[in-house]
Amino acid sequence: MTDSAPILALDNVSKVFHRGGSTVHAARAVSFALHPGRTLALVGESGSGKTTAARLIMREYRPDQGRLLFRGEPIEGSAVRDMKAYRSAVQMVFQDPFSSLNPVHTIRYHLERPMRLHQSSLKGAARDAAIAEVLTRVKLDPALILPKYPHELSGGQRQRISIARALAVNPEVIIADEPTSMLDVSVRLGILNLLNDMKRQLKLAVLYITHDIATARYVAEDIMVMYAGQIVEWGETESVLGNPQHPYTRLLLSAVPDPDRRFGDTRFSDELDRIDLIRRQSALEQPEVQEIGPNHFIRPMPV
Amino acid sequence: MSAPVLSIRNLTIDYIGATSDFHAVKNVSFDIGKGEFFGLAGESGCGKSTIAFAISRLHRPPALIRTGSQILLDGRDVFTLDDAALKQLRWREVAMVFQSAMNSLNPVLSIERQFYDVLKTHTGMSRVAARARAAELLKLVDIPADRLTAYPHQLSGGMRQRVVIAICLALNPKLLIMDEPTTALDVVVQREILERIHKLRQELGFSVLFITHDLALMVQVSDRIGIMLEGELVEVNDAQAIYRTPQHDYTKKLWASIPRLTGKPIAEVTP
Repeated sequence: MTDSAPILALDNVSKVFHRGGSTVHAARAVSFALHPGRTLALVGESGSGKTTAARLIMREYRPDQGRLLFRGEPIEGSAVRDMKAYRSAVQMVFQDPFSSLNPVHTIRYHLERPMRLHQSSLKGAARDAAIAEVLTRVKLDPALILPKYPHELSGGQRQRISIARALAVNPEVIIADEPTSMLDVSVRLGILNLLNDMKRQLKLAVLYITHDIATARYVAEDIMVMYAGQIVEWGETESVLGNPQHPYTRLLLSAVPDPDRRFGDTRFSDELDRIDLIRRQSALEQPEVQEIGPNHFIRPMPV
Repeated sequence: MSAPVLSIRNLTIDYIGATSDFHAVKNVSFDIGKGEFFGLAGESGCGKSTIAFAISRLHRPPALIRTGSQILLDGRDVFTLDDAALKQLRWREVAMVFQSAMNSLNPVLSIERQFYDVLKTHTGMSRVAARARAAELLKLVDIPADRLTAYPHQLSGGMRQRVVIAICLALNPKLLIMDEPTTALDVVVQREILERIHKLRQELGFSVLFITHDLALMVQVSDRIGIMLEGELVEVNDAQAIYRTPQHDYTKKLWASIPRLTGKPIAEVTP
């Protein structure tokens, strides 16, 4: 871990959804912290609660239990003015670059609006310069892009606009929910590099949500593996991926496509042989925490 | 090698526009042998899906297949078939799993009814016989027969995808086309589904045309791989050769843009 104080933290947060007679534990005692200049990856399969964590941070959901801490202060019950500061500090980049931009507005509008709302001191030429600056940051040509509409841009360009829009309010935290999963492989790397540059240059704290563990390894210093609303294993990325200890992490890793391991290759007998068991057991509550090594923890799966 | 199941020769497909034509597929030729698992990789817009649609003649204007193009399925040229022969071709000879296959089930019909539709139309099977056959097919994809009465919304995405695959196998097709069959699913489910296809292919002997942009996955499952770039097939080779000794610059660049789980995060491009 870093010595710097976390800018945003979840402290023992739980969220339960009731549907009909059944309950879904979307977040169970989830705790993590985001530090400036570092990326934390949150990986897991669909339905594991990754997006719920993002929505809790974006204040779209209120936690049933636990607290959100912003610069060390609980966010619950804070004044409207503080909430506005929180909103300018925490920005989100969405998964779908096709539906997250408004089709009837130009790119200029998409970037001007957050600046008007969150940086109202910027006017006229200064604002234009700021807009040009964020576009240059995401490696797009302002003169070319500003008058265009979203449909005139490619998926990768749109995702760059989404990042520029988030940057336009001068945020400290970026929540990126599967920002590359809808892009082609050849475009994906450009967006990941961009996230890495932003983190370093602007000292942003990034929460990178994905199901693609290899991309998480590329951008994140720390990683958390989530299943059934619980973070089952977490720690430094290289340590977790190099020495995975929780059966679910191992299952997830062995399912990642690896060109060195052909299907039907019997040399590997592993978690793929007991998918159902691991799923069932990992979904149970795992209250204990076990330290594996420096900055590497698991919640042991009940046997 | 025995005669190929699918033989594509000089396939050229244009999308006709008002002012200019878009050349989606440019003079593509390749074969798929009996029981072979052939992967077709490339970015969106490179023409992979256009080829898949052309094989079962599902393309519609403004797509135009240029003269000189040939698609031979078990020796028969699909471009010469009339409507009746096409009906025989689809499902029976070629079955296709679409990208969003899990959304291609009819939401208001039970799973059993969706099997019955295909079986009755193509073989005139009775309801009772169709139910037995459907149960047998579901078993192939690891779904208990009691789910026949379920409706699509009661199944998970991965289960729905497996139901679609089971329906595709209902008439023992010679060729199964899968267009990004697992892109919307997560890795564990993807692995389960492809593992099943891999085994079924060995048991039942059908050939597979597998379309995806996930090169690593493709190398894991395919026997041979073709790489497409802007409508052209730029490299075709054994899966291992595509992985270990890619020849075309574009193939090398594709590998270099994929973050890896072990070793160096990014493969280096050898100039």
